[in-house]
Amino acid sequence: MSEPRHRLMDFVREEIMPHRFCSGCGCGTVLNAFTNAVEGLGLDSAEMVCVSGIGCSSWIPSPYFRADTLHTTHGRPIAFATGVKILRPDLTVVVIAGDGDVAGIGGNHLIHAARRNIDLSVFMVNNMIYGMTGGQVAPTTPAGVVTTTTPHSNVEPPFRVADLVVAAGASYVARWTTYHVFPLLESMQNAIKRKGFSFIEIMSQCPENYGRRIGLRTGIDFLKQFKEQALRVEKANGMSEEELKDRIVIGKLCDKERPEYVSELHRITREQVDKLKKEMGGAA
Amino acid sequence: MYTSLLERHRRGRKLIEITENLCKGCEICIEFCPLKVFEKSDKLNRKGYYLPVVTDEDLCVGCRLCELLCPEFAIIITNE
Ligand SMILES: Cc1ncc(C[n+]2csc(CCOP(=O)(O)OP(=O)(O)O)c2C)c(N)n1
Ligand code: SF4
Ligand code: SF4
Ligand SMILES: [Mg+2]
Repeated sequence: MSEPRHRLMDFVREEIMPHRFCSGCGCGTVLNAFTNAVEGLGLDSAEMVCVSGIGCSSWIPSPYFRADTLHTTHGRPIAFATGVKILRPDLTVVVIAGDGDVAGIGGNHLIHAARRNIDLSVFMVNNMIYGMTGGQVAPTTPAGVVTTTTPHSNVEPPFRVADLVVAAGASYVARWTTYHVFPLLESMQNAIKRKGFSFIEIMSQCPENYGRRIGLRTGIDFLKQFKEQALRVEKANGMSEEELKDRIVIGKLCDKERPEYVSELHRITREQVDKLKKEMGGAA
Repeated sequence: MYTSLLERHRRGRKLIEITENLCKGCEICIEFCPLKVFEKSDKLNRKGYYLPVVTDEDLCVGCRLCELLCPEFAIIITNE
């Protein structure tokens, strides 16, 4: 008997499905939300470039999403994406990668891309761990957690990455979880449409290399916890650090217009070229 | 759960399809469907995962939560 075919198979590399993410992993749900977002926007994937780094989350765009993709080195997708956007401002450039990639080794690229307000959409899958390499501590791992590199528990407080990106100057920032799939999908669409640097921190699950060390063995366990921990940003405003401990603040954290780096760069280049042409014309 | 005939008519017919060989048995659809439409079956797919089964298609309100939460693109909801 032939099997039914999902309409979104047009957007993924069907020939290599099922993907290799573990059972219940959030990466598959992020891929699902992302393809829904692209379908809903009516984007032509020939006019998109997806860029990723190294890690399980980096496999979401490459190889699974059917578009031109750059699978780059660990921590560097934003740097590569910046190059693509400067040369081809007409293309929609999306970065999808993990917390270790984007906020750990690639943290410096992240804050400077936000400061410059480069027209990219960065979707960071925050599973609070280095999943692919077996569960080492990440700068997003909560304090007190035992990982392979913090065998007596992690003493470091985690980065709140979305807040960091707001402070660095991004145009659009939001945080959602893999439980909040409908608002996540809509937020991805808004992030792509927004000119300037857009960032979504997607709290996600790695049941295999994180969950089993903290007693959350399945995707279901994580989704239940995300549902419980989630607090809308409108409610969280004005609450104390203590009250927000162990909560995940979800929603849109900022959405504003600011001069965008690539158009500013091209504007100034054009001005200089015109000036030079005029000067040379005058000399001749 | 009891659903009146009128209520079923109002909701329209929903079609739930499961692509069995994409499923990895995470059971997220079973857990999070607001109307508890799925249940775990004792049927294994090619990879050895226990498949979800639709208990009563008429309960479905076509919200598509299961379709979107599914990490595997294994559920297709059609609102007819
Ligand atoms: C320069 C460099 N350092 C270290 C590694 C090893 N490495 C591969 S993936 C990874 C961490 C991935 O974590 P994350 O980005 O959070 O992705 P996840 O697997 O959790 O989705 C590391 C440290 C590497 N490939 N390159
Ligand atoms: S190791 Fe973790 S992040 Fe990687 S595919 Fe498995 S569950 Fe997902
Ligand atoms: S569409 Fe909604 S009601 Fe229908 S089976 Fe899926 S989750 Fe349940
Ligand atoms: Mg990670």
